Amino acid sequence: MRAPGFRLDAPLLDIDDVLADPKIRIIVCTGAGGVGKTTTAAALALRAAECGRGVCVLTIDPAKRLAQAMGLSVLDNTPRQVPGVTSPDGSGSLHAMMLDMKRTFDEVVEGHADPDRAQAILANPFYQALSSSFAGTQEYMAMEKLGQLRTRADSEGTWDLIVVDTPPSRSALDFLDAPARLGSFLDGRFIRILTAPARGAGRGIGKLAALGFGIFTGVLNKILGAQVLTDIGTFVAAIDTTFGGFRERADATYALLKDPGTAFVVIAAPERDALREASYFVERLQADGMPLAGLVVNRVQQITLPDVTPEQALAAAERLTEDSSSARLTAAMLRLHAERQQIAARQRHLAERFTAAHPGVPATTVPALAEDVHDLPGLREIGDYLAAPT
Amino acid sequence: MPTILGCPMRPGWTYAGAVSPQPHALWPGVALHVVSGKGGTGKTTVAAALALALAKDGRRTLLMEVEGRQGIAQLFDVPPLPYEERRVAVAPGKGEVWALAVDAQEALLDYLELFYNLRRAGSALRKMGAVDFATTIAPGLRDVLLTGKACEVVRRKEKGASDAYDAVVLDAPPTGRIAKFLNVNSEVSGLAKVGPIRNHADLVMNVIASPRTAVHLVTLLEEMPVQETMDGVAELQQEGLPVGGVFVNMTRTPVLTEEQLQQSRSGNLPIGEIAELAKQSGLRQDPALVAAALVQEAQDHAERVDLERRERARLDELKLPTVDLPLLSDGVDLGGLYELAKIMGEAGVR
Repeated sequence: MRAPGFRLDAPLLDIDDVLADPKIRIIVCTGAGGVGKTTTAAALALRAAECGRGVCVLTIDPAKRLAQAMGLSVLDNTPRQVPGVTSPDGSGSLHAMMLDMKRTFDEVVEGHADPDRAQAILANPFYQALSSSFAGTQEYMAMEKLGQLRTRADSEGTWDLIVVDTPPSRSALDFLDAPARLGSFLDGRFIRILTAPARGAGRGIGKLAALGFGIFTGVLNKILGAQVLTDIGTFVAAIDTTFGGFRERADATYALLKDPGTAFVVIAAPERDALREASYFVERLQADGMPLAGLVVNRVQQITLPDVTPEQALAAAERLTEDSSSARLTAAMLRLHAERQQIAARQRHLAERFTAAHPGVPATTVPALAEDVHDLPGLREIGDYLAAPT
Repeated sequence: MPTILGCPMRPGWTYAGAVSPQPHALWPGVALHVVSGKGGTGKTTVAAALALALAKDGRRTLLMEVEGRQGIAQLFDVPPLPYEERRVAVAPGKGEVWALAVDAQEALLDYLELFYNLRRAGSALRKMGAVDFATTIAPGLRDVLLTGKACEVVRRKEKGASDAYDAVVLDAPPTGRIAKFLNVNSEVSGLAKVGPIRNHADLVMNVIASPRTAVHLVTLLEEMPVQETMDGVAELQQEGLPVGGVFVNMTRTPVLTEEQLQQSRSGNLPIGEIAELAKQSGLRQDPALVAAALVQEAQDHAERVDLERRERARLDELKLPTVDLPLLSDGVDLGGLYELAKIMGEAGVR
C-alpha cells in the first residue's frame, strides 16, 4: 500500500464496522458525477465478500475495464457470480450485475401482465419513449432492481448484502426523488384526466378541473399532437388494469432505504462542487431520517512526508547550491514535495468546510492512485484505504 | 499606421517585442457554443470562461445553464439567477457577459406564449399537473424546450436587426447524455411523428446541426474522462452534430525536468546523495526518511506525467482543436475565470 491521504477533523469512518455488521443488508453509494461511485461500490462489495458476506453489487454504468474485471461481459440484467472471490473460510461470495434500465422496465411489464397485454404495452410508442429516455427512468429502475434483489435475497438467501451504485444524475437527490415522481405521475390525477375523456370530462374531477379540461386537452393536442395523447391513453389504460400501484412499488423500496438495515455512503471528490452536492445529500438523509454511514472523500493527494511543510521544503530547496545534477534533482524534488503538500492542504481545507457543517458525520479519505482501477487487486487496494486510514 | 516604440510598423513585417501575430481564430462564424464534459472535469467553469473570452472587445455574450444547479451564480458570486437574462460580468474592452438559468417549466410557458399566445392558460395548466408532466415526465420534451430556448436566443435580433448576442454559450448536460440532449429530432420522433412539437424540433435542429453551432468537450488528462471524450466525439459525429474542440482542463507542468523524470522512472535516483543534500539543506528531519519519501514522490510524479502523456496522445488522435487550461492554484474564483479567459484568447478564442 502506498501513502494514505490526509486525516480529517471528523469521527473516523471505519468501513469494516459497516461491512461486518450482519444487520446491514443494503449499502447505497451516492454522490456527484465523476467522484468514483462505481469503483467505490465495487471495492466495498469485494471487501465485504472477502470478509465472509454473500454480496450482490448493482452497478449502473461501470467503465468497460472495471466491468470486465468483475466478469461483467454479458449484459443480461441478472447477477453473475464473480469467479474466485471468497473469504478465507469459504463463506463469502460476490455477485455483480450492471443495470439495464429498459430491460428492467420490460420485465416489470412482462411479470405483471398476461402475454397479449404485455405485448401491447411493449409495442406502445409512449412506453418505448418512457422506458428508454425519460430522465427519471434510470433511477426508478435502479430502485426497482434493488427491490427485486432484496426479495430474492429474502426468499433464496443467495446474498445477505446488496451494494448499490447510483445513476449519474443531475443531482444525487434524484435517486431519492425521481422514482416517487414517476410513480405519482403514473398513478396521478393528471393521467387519469387525460385518459378519461370517454368517462365524461366533468365526472369525478370537479367543476374547476372540468373547466380547465377543455383548454387543457386542447393545449396538449396543440403541443404534442393528438397521436401522442392517444398513445399515452392506451398505455395508461393497459398498465392500469394489469398492475396498478407504480407509486406503491416506489414507496415500498423507498421505505427499504429508511430501514436501519440500510447504510448510505456519500462519496465526494475534494472539490467545491462535489462537496456541496455531498452536503445537500447528507442534509436530505438527515431530514428524512435515513441511515448515513459517512462520507468518503475520494482521490485526495497522498501524504508521503507530513512533517516537512511546504515552507520548509521551499526554504530547503533555496538553500541548496544547484551546482551538481544531484543538487538540482534534490531541489526539484523538494519543490515537488511543497506542491503536493499545498494541494493536500487546499483539499483538506475544502473537505473540512463540510465536516465543520456536519460535525457528527464520520468521514475518511482515499488517496488518488496514478491509474484508474480495473482489476480486483486494484479494488482490494481501495478497500484497504477505506478500512485502514491513518 | 500602428507604431511600436514610436517607430511606424510596416504591415507584413514581424517586430521583436511587438505582440506576436494573433493565432488563427478558432471556430469562426459559430454563434452557439455548447460545452459538455464528464462530471468533475469543470465544464461549468470552462463554459463561463469561454463566455468571458468571447465577450472581449465590446462584444456581448450569453451564458446559459439548463440543469437547475445555479452553477453560474456560484461561479460569478451573484445571487441565484431567475429565469431572466442578467448581466453577470464585464469583459476587457467593454464586453459584457449575461447569464440565464433556463427552467424547463418557464421555457414551456414561454413557448406557449410565443407560438400560441397561451401564457394565461399557464396557471390552469400548472394546477392540472400538465406543466409538470410536459417538463419532467414526457420523454424528450424537456430537452426540446431547453435546446429550443438556446436556439431562440441565437436567432433573436435587436431592433437594428443585429444579433441580440454575439455568441451564446450553453453549459450543457454531461458527455454521456450530450448527443441525446442535442439530437432532439430523434428524441421526439418516438413520441411525436407529426404536429407542432415535431415542427419545433425541426426548427431547433436547423440551428444545432448547422455550422453556426460547435459542441466542445471538457476533459482532464485521465483515463475515464479521455475515454468519455473519445466516445462522445464519435457519437456526436455519427449523429451529424458539429464538434468544435477539446478543452483540456486542470493541466500541470511537470516539476521535474525530462532527465530527472527519466531517472525517476528507471529507479536510478541516488538516494544516498539525496539524503546527504537534504541534511545540508537544513531540514532537521531524519535524512534517510526524507530521501525515501522524496524518491517515492518523484516516482509517483513520473508515473503521473507518463499517464498524462499517454492520454494526451489519445486525444491527439481526434485531430480537433485543443485548448489547454492550467490548474488554478487558488481554486476557481472570479479572478481565475478571467485568467482562463485570457488563456483561451491567446489560443485563438475570439
